[in-house]
Formats: sequence, structure tokens, C-alpha cells
Amino acid sequence: MSASTLPARETALPPQGAERPGQPGRSGLTRALRRNLTAHGFLIGAVLCFAFFSWYPMVREFVLAFQKTKDGRTTWAGWSNLSYVFHDPAFWQAWRNTLLFTGLALVLGFVLPFLVAVLLNELRHGQGYLRLLVYLPVMLPPVASVLLFKYLYDPGYGLFNRIFDLFGLPAQQWLQSTDTAMVSVVIAATWMNMGSATLVYLAALQAIPGELYEAAELDGAGLLRKIWHVTVPQTRLVLSLMFLMQIIATMQVFTEPFLLTNGAGPEGSTTTVVYLIYQYAFNFNNYGGAAALGLCLLVLLAGFSAMYVRLSRDSDT
Amino acid sequence: MSTRTLISPATLGRPRGKVVYWTVLTLVMLLFTLVFIGPLYWMAVNGLKSTEEFTRIPPTLVPHGVHTDNLTNAWRVMDFAKLLLNTVWYAFGALAFQLVLDVAAAYSLSKLRPVFGKAILAMMLATLMIPAAVLVVPQYLTVLDVPIFKRNLLNTPWAIWLPSVTNAFNIFLLKRFFDSIPRELLDAASIDGASPLRTLRSVVLPLSRPILGVVSIFAVVGVWKDFLWPMLTLPDPGKQTLNVGIYSLAQGVPENWLTAALAMASIPTLLIFIVFQRNIMSGLTAGGLKG
Repeated sequence: MSASTLPARETALPPQGAERPGQPGRSGLTRALRRNLTAHGFLIGAVLCFAFFSWYPMVREFVLAFQKTKDGRTTWAGWSNLSYVFHDPAFWQAWRNTLLFTGLALVLGFVLPFLVAVLLNELRHGQGYLRLLVYLPVMLPPVASVLLFKYLYDPGYGLFNRIFDLFGLPAQQWLQSTDTAMVSVVIAATWMNMGSATLVYLAALQAIPGELYEAAELDGAGLLRKIWHVTVPQTRLVLSLMFLMQIIATMQVFTEPFLLTNGAGPEGSTTTVVYLIYQYAFNFNNYGGAAALGLCLLVLLAGFSAMYVRLSRDSDT
Repeated sequence: MSTRTLISPATLGRPRGKVVYWTVLTLVMLLFTLVFIGPLYWMAVNGLKSTEEFTRIPPTLVPHGVHTDNLTNAWRVMDFAKLLLNTVWYAFGALAFQLVLDVAAAYSLSKLRPVFGKAILAMMLATLMIPAAVLVVPQYLTVLDVPIFKRNLLNTPWAIWLPSVTNAFNIFLLKRFFDSIPRELLDAASIDGASPLRTLRSVVLPLSRPILGVVSIFAVVGVWKDFLWPMLTLPDPGKQTLNVGIYSLAQGVPENWLTAALAMASIPTLLIFIVFQRNIMSGLTAGGLKG
């Protein structure tokens, strides 16, 4: 840009109707146009990426769900993909498993990090070290942590059965039994992922004004009542956001069961909805069915997402 | 720490309080170290054991002999150098694309405020509401045959790099940070004759170092940790990432070699974490919840 042009021309000030003297021909309109061209120039790269890899696939997901592709020919299929999927017994099993996983993961993955955060917040020594420890697994590549757990779960030489043995508990089949496979997956997933939630809670806890606890003590509140009447209400927004986020994330679980139990697990006991989508698309080449499954997941999660967005918007103001 | 928490300083000051506190602290220290370092220790140690010792019941806590040849064998058999190099290439490529395109977009949305800027931001944020798993199939089909350009991106780094730009969360984080930079600073730059690009480079970016650090780490770690997407889009064994490569070779390799490989694969991310832990923690809490 040459130095002779008027400096203010590219600022984002609202275009003023009055022209500056000595600037004939540079009307507010062209100035606004130029400013917009520059601004859109900065945007274009990201917008194109979004258009191709987010927005277009979003539309395509809806179209695919109502299409059938056979021998390279695509035809309109109406609701047949959805009804096909509904009549697949694996569909209901996958939903049961996914809901079980979400439920268990909430019991463990939602409550445990909160308790850990409350505990860590009370400790005046070694907090940095403990925070580091809890977050450490989050950084591991999933293949490493998952295969690691596969060995720990091994009914023969695995460490878990050794520990059970030490305490006189009966050996478990862990991933190999329909009763324990999903629980085992949840335990591993919690170990892998609880770090980030813990740190978010810890930050929320540290923002609680100490006077509230003092006031509660004056009223004669004990430890549990202080947690229930001060800590929980004060972190309620963070807690509810994390709760929604956990539901949204855990209902999309794929990597952990896929790697731990090859996706299906004993008698399909760890088949999740996303694994079923994967199977439909990449094992059965049934993209329409996969998209229909995806729509079901979308419909179920859209409500949670909307609640999340609403809550986090409220928290901003 | 000076801030008041759940338990009052007076309670802690009493002899009984002190005893309880130190007991709890010791227990927590031991338990957490065991739970979070234990498995990593197991991985490191078993990667050094002989095949015979690996499967011994009960397992040995300290290996009898150090078999570093597990490491070299795993390295050779899995073509580890290739996998590592691929992962670095994808991760830092994705980082470059995200830094350039997402920062430019966030700057434009925050400071240049184009027409439809609000609508574009809303459409970007809307992608956060669609569960990622739902988009895997149509995204895969798009990569298979990119519309208009008619290109197949399978087995090319573009399949990782370009979709990584569509990180609405990063754009949102960056935009929020740019919003906090005072208008006057930018006006001053532009009165001095700086173009928007120059303003971005010389005023905005130097001020944004903390958030750029956070976004960079998450970008690199995101690619490093991803599994499903690279598995789908990089089927060629010579092009795979560490995660996918190790997974697909896991069956045919002795278990102690595999464990050695897992340990080696963990080292880079652990190093990133130890070096940048401050930025990671601040990033988590700064924007960890807003989406």
C-alpha cells in the first residue's frame, strides 16, 4: 500500500458520510467496499475449508440418509434406510451399549473428577505434581494407553488380576466376558480422559470466594454440608456444562471400544452406535444406512448441544 | 496457598487436623502416583523385558535383564522412523494451516468486521453442535472425491491438513482473545499507515502469544492423538500415523516389542506436555468450557 493514501481508510470505523477534504472520489461506499474486500480476503481460506469439509458434509449427511447407492447408481430411497436400520437387531444392541457406556462413564467420569478436584483443592502441598499426574494420560496417544490397558486386563499375566489376587478377590475375565467388558472399557476411558475435566473443575473451585465457607461455618455447617451448600451451587454452571459435554462426548465413543475389544467385544457387548456407523459404512459399504444411523445420533444429541450452547451463552453475560 | 478453601485454617492448625491432613496428603500422593504413573512404569519396564519374562506369572516389578533390542527391533519392524516422521509432518502441517487460516479468519471476524461476518461466525460455531461422529462418513466421501476440484485426497496429507482448519473452537478462542485487544491500538497502527496485514503481524500477533501457544499445542496434540480419521484417510501403510501404524502392526509383533513401541510412541507427547504444561493448563481453563 502506498503511503500517499489516507491512513484512516482501512480502519474498521463505520464509514462516515462526510468526506475528508482532499479526498475526492473516495466515497464512503468504495471505502466500505475496499474494507470488506480485505476482511473477506482474510476470511476466505478458513471459509473454503469449512465449506468443503464441514458445511457440505453436513448437508450431504442428510441427503445420504435418504439415498441408496448400488452398482455406482444413486437412487432416492425415502425412509427405507431408516427402517432398514431400525430392523437391524445390532442397532438396538448398539444403543443399549452406548447408553450403558454413557451412564457408567457419567458415574465414573463425571463424579470422580469432581471429587478429585475437591480433594486436590484442599491440599496445600504437591498440588502441581498431582495436577500433572491426573492430566498425564490425556496426552498419551490413544493406541499407547489402550493397548497398555489391554495388557493390564489380560486374564493371565495382566496386572489387574494380580492386584485382585493380592486382596483375595476372584480373578476376572475383564474384556473377555459379556458382564465385565463394558465396565472395563469405561474404566480405561476414565483413566485416559478424566484429567481435563479435573483441571476445569479445579479452576472453578479456586474461583469460589473463601468467605462463603466462613459464613457456612458460622452457621454450623459441617464438611458435607459445606460441599453441598457452597461448593456445588458455586460451581453449578461449570458442572452442568461439563455434564452436557460428557453426554455429548461419551455417546460418540469409538476409539476405546474399537481398540480394546476390536469394536464388538464378546457377543457384541461393546458395540457402540458410532462403531455400527463405521461398520455400515466401511465394512458393509452401506453409506445410506450409516448416514441414517448418524441422523439418529444427531437427533438425540442435538437437544443436548442446544442446551449446552444456551448455558454457555448465559455464562458469558 | 493463601485462598480460603473448604476446610478452615483453624481446623487444619489443630493437632488432629494436622495429623489428618498429612495422612490424607501422603495417601493421595501414593495412590495417584500408583494409579497414573504405575501403568506408564509397567509399559516402560515391560518394553525392556525378554519375551519369557514378559509373560511370567507373577510379573516381575524390576526386569531381570534390560533388553534394549526390543526397542531397536520394534523400531525396525514397524518402520517406526517412517511412522514418526509421517506424524510430525501431518501434525506440523496441520499446525501451519490452522495458524495461518484460523488466525486470519479470527482477526477478520474480530477486528475487520466484514459484512455477513456474524453469520459466518455463527455458521462456523454451528459445526460444534453437530456431533463429530455423524460427519465422519460424509467427510470421508468428500475427501474421496472433492467436489468442484474432482480430487481424491486419500493417502495425501491434505486429508489431514484441510479438515483440521475447520476448528470452530480455535477460531472462537482466537476471536475472543483478539476482541480483548483495545481498538485504539489498531487505530494507532492504521494511522501510522499500516495495512491490516501489517497490523496483524506487528500489533495483534505479538500481543497474542499466550493464546497462539495454546492453540498450537492443541493443534499438534489433536493430530497426534487422532485415530479414526487417519485410519480412514491414510490406508497406505507407508503414509500412516503412529497411532494407526502401531495398531495395524500390533498383531504380528511380539508383545514385548509392541510394548517398547508404545513407550516410544508416548515419549513425544509426554515431552510436549512437560515442556508446555503451563500453557496447556491455562488453555484448558481459559477456554475449556466455552463452545
